[in-house]
Amino acid sequence: MELSEIKSIIAASCPLPKLDFDIITLGHGSGGLLTHNLLEQGVFDLFSNSYLDKKHDGAIVESPGDILAFSTDSFVVSPIFFPGGNIGELAINGTVNDINMCGARAEFISLAFIIEEGFAVKEFWDILLSIKAAAEHAGVKIVTGDTKVVERGKGDKIFINTSGIGRVSPDSAIDAKRVSQGDKVILSGSLARHGIAIMSVREGLEFESAIESDTCHFNHIIPTLIEEFGRDIHMLRDATRGGIATVLNEVAKDSGIGVALRQNQLHVDEDVSGACELLGLDPLYVANEGVFVVIASPESAEGIVEKINAWSQTNEAGIIGEVVSEHTGQVVIESAIGGKRVVNMMLGEQLPRIC
Amino acid sequence: MKYLSEFRDPELVLKYREKLDELVTKEWTLMEVCGGQTHSLVKNGLLELLPDKVQMIHGPGCPVCVTPLNLIDKAVHLAMDEEVILCSFGDMLRVPGSKMSLLEAKSRGADVRILYSPLEAVQIAKKNPQKEVVFFAVGFETTAPANALSVVHAEREKLNNYSILASHVLVPPAMEAVVNDPLAKIDGFLAAGHVCTIMGIHQYFPLVENHRLPIIVTGFEPIDLLQGIYMCLKQLEAGEAKLENQYARVVQPEGNPEAVKVIERIFEISDREWRGIGVIPNSGYVIREEYKAFDADRKFKIRIEKAEENKSCIAGQVLKGIKKPHDCPEFGKNCTPQNPLGAPMVSSEGACAAYYHFSKAMGDIEAQV
Repeated sequence: MELSEIKSIIAASCPLPKLDFDIITLGHGSGGLLTHNLLEQGVFDLFSNSYLDKKHDGAIVESPGDILAFSTDSFVVSPIFFPGGNIGELAINGTVNDINMCGARAEFISLAFIIEEGFAVKEFWDILLSIKAAAEHAGVKIVTGDTKVVERGKGDKIFINTSGIGRVSPDSAIDAKRVSQGDKVILSGSLARHGIAIMSVREGLEFESAIESDTCHFNHIIPTLIEEFGRDIHMLRDATRGGIATVLNEVAKDSGIGVALRQNQLHVDEDVSGACELLGLDPLYVANEGVFVVIASPESAEGIVEKINAWSQTNEAGIIGEVVSEHTGQVVIESAIGGKRVVNMMLGEQLPRIC
Repeated sequence: MKYLSEFRDPELVLKYREKLDELVTKEWTLMEVCGGQTHSLVKNGLLELLPDKVQMIHGPGCPVCVTPLNLIDKAVHLAMDEEVILCSFGDMLRVPGSKMSLLEAKSRGADVRILYSPLEAVQIAKKNPQKEVVFFAVGFETTAPANALSVVHAEREKLNNYSILASHVLVPPAMEAVVNDPLAKIDGFLAAGHVCTIMGIHQYFPLVENHRLPIIVTGFEPIDLLQGIYMCLKQLEAGEAKLENQYARVVQPEGNPEAVKVIERIFEISDREWRGIGVIPNSGYVIREEYKAFDADRKFKIRIEKAEENKSCIAGQVLKGIKKPHDCPEFGKNCTPQNPLGAPMVSSEGACAAYYHFSKAMGDIEAQV
């Protein structure tokens, strides 16, 4: 089912429960009756599954496989609602994707909130619904969690931490050491949409645009790719903070190889590219939440691109460059006009708090 | 994108490359004045496409690089005041002051905000009447109109909690200073297109006449730059020295009179210190006496001891084109973009940072081929 269908079903079937409070107070994080009310009337029902329903301190789950991938991520994006998504679905997709990048399918997720006193229950509910939709779409179960409330001024509305466990496919062999000369670098989609969507609604910078975050999960496409191309896939990375420039620099350094990119193979939507020009940002460094990089043997590269395009129903995936033995540890891009320059790792933050 | 993609056409680049190879017979040194042009030359890899005989020197047109240390210290001092919200363009945040940068001040609790327009700072002042809002008004003639306009808006809104810490520098006096330096050897200039959009092109006639130098008002896209370089070299090869406007799609000869009007209403011309170069006569804007209430420097009477620049930094000679960044013994060793000793290593528009990234890559490539 499409995410949008799941969202509308959930919205129709999960009205905001009738609570005797409309803001979160310190008591909701106390572990006492108020916490109980919040969880019983909100969280447990919404995410109900046989593991969570036991309401234990932790979840007892059967091992999904022999080799596990395990990852954690915290989400502090500001603003919490942005074009194309909110902090809730970002928190699910982000951790699912980190597990996917290990060549695994995510199965179980933990979900922890740090809420600032005074946060509106209505907004909290909207976030919970997005989490439910994102988890259902990805096919992952939320099996354990936590809620803390901090005094007003000690947080920023809501922070979310998620951890996840997934099963690593026996066919998978993701390892920086396996990246070698001649490998192709494949990019799954168009760049910079998440970062620019966040910028467009940041306080003091609002500009009108139809640019939406690209947040999505890879819990279906990655296992498909691993199943079909197995050991030909040498490296997987999602290009979140720091953008594709940072991710590829890390690969170049970790694998002791050079990466040669071609600017004219990179896909950037025209409106995103326009916003980047205006704001003086380089799309290579802007955050994505729905784009990943595959480094694979040349024989499989075209096939991988086709699969990704069939999954995303766009033509945005493509081979953007290759692994070379020159300029080890560095990423060099050939500009659209044929000149070359080094693409460095991002120095510090380009934008405050984007994920 | 209209007006952009046409100026990034790879085939046209090739044509210009061939034309340049045919044209150039002697060694020439040109200076692109504006940091934006330096950035574009590096980002697009244009430097390696030029004939070997042509050398580009990266001029002082990088506001981040030439803002005096003392002013950065003042901005940091203001930012650390709990009563103050300090607003700034983003790229000033990383520039090292004598003790810390604004970014470091921010992580120590200062309320420092990155804005794209000073008019937003006026809105912040309106929303926070109990706070003092200071905009760090840095830049050349290009940012001056918006900074001046913010004062006009603040006055109209009767705000008494808004002021600007102005550090405005002017391009033509700096070009004059560069040419007058006996060590500098510059055959022609690419003048900064955006500055001319505001100020017009008439300011450059004296330079052209007095020093017999070709000056080409040039844009920022690859084709703009190649065309500007071509026009300049064509004059040099023919022994001519004229002012020409390559960026005519944007730059009107008379500039933008409305923008100039608002600048002149708020600012007056004064001597100004340039980081790494020293004081250049009549090379900056200061706030006029009648608007002194909006001048953060006078309003807060900031007194900060003048800190010394790092002695081993040769930024001044680099900005004048006398030395190349890699002539500096600290270059790439004790001075890197992660740990800059001088300002040209900070901004991506700075000559040292541009060279650091560029030569590092090309050195590696050559070494391994």
